[in-house]
Amino acid sequence: MNTIIIVGSSLLILGILFLLFRVQSLMSILTGSTKKRVDGSNSINAILFPIFFISGLVAVYFYSGYASEFFLPKPASEHGVVTDKLFWFITWVIIVAFVLTNSMLFYFPYKYQYRADRKAHFYPDNHKLELIWTVIPAIVLTSLVFFGWRAWTDITSPAPKDAVVLEITGKQFNWIVRYPGKDGKLGSYNFKLIDATNEVGMDFSDKSSFDDFLPREIHIPKGKPVLFKIRARDVLHSVFLPHFRQKMDAVPGMPTSFWFTPIYTTDEMKGITNNPSFKYELACTEVCGKGHFGMKFLLVVDEPEDFDKWYEQQEAFLKKNPEYLTNVPSELKELALGSSNNSQNKLSSF
Amino acid sequence: MSISTLAQVADAHVDHDEHEHEELPFIRKYIFSEDHKTIAKQFLISGLIWAVLGGGMSVIFRLQLGFPGANLEWLKPILGTWIQNGKIDPEFYLALVTMHGTIMVFFVLTAGLSGTFSNFLIPLQIGARDMASGFLNMLSYWFFFVSSMLMFVSLFIETGPAAGGWVIYPPLSALPQAIKGSGLGMTLWLCSMAIFIVSSLLGSINYITTVINLRTKGMAFTRLPLTIWAFFITAVIGVLSFPVLFSAALLLIFDRSFGTSFYLSEIYIGGEALHNVGGSPLLFQHLFWFLGHPEVYIVLLPALGITSEIIATNSRKPIFGYRAMIGSILGIAFLSFIVWAHHMFVTGMNPFLGSVFMFLTLIIAVPSAVKAFNYIATMWRGNIVFTPAMLFSIGLVSLFISGGLTGIILGNSALDIQLHDTYYVVAHFHLVMGSASFFGFMAGVYHWFPKMFGKMLDERLGYIHFWLTFAGVYLVFFPMHYIGIAGFPRRYYSFTSYDAFSTFSDLNAFISIAAIVTFAGQFIFGFNFFYSMFKGRRATENPWSSNTLEWTTPVNPGHGNWVGAVPEVHRWPYDYSKPGAADDFIPQNVPLAATPESNLPHEEEEAKRLLAAV
Repeated sequence: MNTIIIVGSSLLILGILFLLFRVQSLMSILTGSTKKRVDGSNSINAILFPIFFISGLVAVYFYSGYASEFFLPKPASEHGVVTDKLFWFITWVIIVAFVLTNSMLFYFPYKYQYRADRKAHFYPDNHKLELIWTVIPAIVLTSLVFFGWRAWTDITSPAPKDAVVLEITGKQFNWIVRYPGKDGKLGSYNFKLIDATNEVGMDFSDKSSFDDFLPREIHIPKGKPVLFKIRARDVLHSVFLPHFRQKMDAVPGMPTSFWFTPIYTTDEMKGITNNPSFKYELACTEVCGKGHFGMKFLLVVDEPEDFDKWYEQQEAFLKKNPEYLTNVPSELKELALGSSNNSQNKLSSF
Repeated sequence: MSISTLAQVADAHVDHDEHEHEELPFIRKYIFSEDHKTIAKQFLISGLIWAVLGGGMSVIFRLQLGFPGANLEWLKPILGTWIQNGKIDPEFYLALVTMHGTIMVFFVLTAGLSGTFSNFLIPLQIGARDMASGFLNMLSYWFFFVSSMLMFVSLFIETGPAAGGWVIYPPLSALPQAIKGSGLGMTLWLCSMAIFIVSSLLGSINYITTVINLRTKGMAFTRLPLTIWAFFITAVIGVLSFPVLFSAALLLIFDRSFGTSFYLSEIYIGGEALHNVGGSPLLFQHLFWFLGHPEVYIVLLPALGITSEIIATNSRKPIFGYRAMIGSILGIAFLSFIVWAHHMFVTGMNPFLGSVFMFLTLIIAVPSAVKAFNYIATMWRGNIVFTPAMLFSIGLVSLFISGGLTGIILGNSALDIQLHDTYYVVAHFHLVMGSASFFGFMAGVYHWFPKMFGKMLDERLGYIHFWLTFAGVYLVFFPMHYIGIAGFPRRYYSFTSYDAFSTFSDLNAFISIAAIVTFAGQFIFGFNFFYSMFKGRRATENPWSSNTLEWTTPVNPGHGNWVGAVPEVHRWPYDYSKPGAADDFIPQNVPLAATPESNLPHEEEEAKRLLAAV
């Protein structure tokens, strides 16, 4: 019954609209407005342009004020502070350009609307003017590029030698993180060694992998450069750390990386954002299938001493999964047992 | 006389009157037609149907994004098992996004826009009886039709259409075990696209040949309307870039079906390690964007060309800086080939390349800015008539500026790190490429409808359609900047599991409502289009008092376009409101000798020289 009423009333409304349309088109033929070049609607359209523009500006102004607290999250990395400044600087430049050009674009229709007693100004070109508005944007753009280029080369420069290293591997649909352990060296890997437990294909014939550990969340120390070595094992993924202004694709068969220096611990961010449950999150930003939107991973920034403590407490993969000792070549077995068990060594040794 | 001989147009200036009575059978006249005007209408109608489908898909996924908790059980009659427990299946969500992009970019804005207006306007505006090859032109449409059908069929198969995004990056698109859409759906996508490329190449070669060879007497390149310049350069871009997409698709087909490893390396999926080693997913991205970026201009340049013509006509003023406009089209076309890697700043590409492409990308903003300034200068001190076409053209310029400006931020690789693949990008390209081109499309339909169908569209419905759509696209896409600045990634089914993306749910709902209303508003145009085609007011030969040659044809131009000889061209197309002239327009076919009162000094000299030569 409801359906019938809905269908019936929609038909009725459409019918009324059609009648209105017929009446207005017959009226316009009767009044002869179709014979003239313009009728009354020309001035209505003309005035609507500035009205549209001004009301749009007002709406944007007020909504931006209200929404500004959700803009770019607080930058938590050294380079993030730089790129945010650049972002807002360029944003203001384009806002000025936007307002200038659109003001003319929306004012001219009103100002120069058709009048039968007037003739348009025959004005095919003006080389000086054209030169000016070619050269000015060129200069502005070049300077903007220059600032961006400087930031970009800093961000993408090789990581400092003393950077904390970790490896992150994307798979459908989660992330696996591996730290090099006490020796500071990530063991080698091979995708053919991957199985349900050894998810990143660690190669245990390499002694560097004996002490590698795979924690449930990422910990990094505040104020120290951190290098993410990024891999994918099935399809493309992308590591996105919104608070650190960092993003890099994870590509099967082609390791990538980025590095940055965090400047606020998780606890400090809780205070800064006024959110006692604040957590740094990692998201995937390259479409990777059904669970793309759910590839969340948590990241904690510790004070350096807390980070060292956490690092020491982590158990090596080989210790947690002793069955993989069978993959270790016999001459290295003893070493493997030793380095995966030993937790006395200080991290600061690397 | 047969059609093919007519189409050769070698004897363009010979009288064809005696053949006008010959009636072609229905199938040759309306279906397998070789007449460029009929083919243009075929492209137009196909493009509009695809626009409804592609737009409809966006409405469905906007429902999911705007109202993540809503029960969508009522969509079950249309979507069947893609609705589970009142929710859209997340894989189908991706399929919708993928199909929306593919359909809009290729079928609506490439075939629908360029196919319609290049076909319709090139012969009419350069003074040719038809395209250089009517037969290839017919093939171009029917290849497009087959390609459309394959894509359409892929919507109905059990595993669903392709779902890896319209950019179909491998390995996702190469591995059926990674996502259902990479099975048969992807195969159909690739076949459809390969055939589409054939169609596009046949069309482009024809456009280029026609513009170079079949211009009427006096139609020098410096007298071509800017529409033709735009279509001509668009065709050149298409010829140079589409084959690269073809090769990318071909290699992907090899990887999918014949065990090669062009794009695949070191993959472990579905519990097994694949044999592929040595391939590079980045290779595909380079090949794809080598088409993908010029493609932006393939859809945009025709819209800008149409706008140039309409703004000049309705401002009753010459286009400002005609030569600068041509120069900027050429500049944009050239630069469009060397900026592609700005889509790849954070893909793991060498950061040095990132610096190079950042410089090149920001250079392309200069010719674009010149175009925008020239449009504004054209309206300055004009005498503006607001036809619906003019409204859409002004709208285009506004959208082109708004969307283009954010390109300055995204083209900056340091800033792109944060904004890449967020809603900021979605906002940017929907304004500058999607909406601007769509507005050009609509402007073109409103402007040339009288010549296509011999009837006028209802203007008041046109005004309503414009204001609704103009407000609508701004309300849909402007707020996306906010969501993008907050870091929301695109192609997300839902944002609820992240604290970082937990805001803006009200804004997302707002966008969805705006999108639905805007989409519904397009049916006003649909009604106007089909109603006016049959019952609209009769058009006159030159309803907009325009200068270009198409308005010298009869109200319903027949096969061969002009009754009698093809008019000769004696002046550029923008002699509007010339000082001294009685009327505010002088068509291109009026000789200089006939307008001594308005000739500029150098034109007066030329008129004398021509007279002396006779």
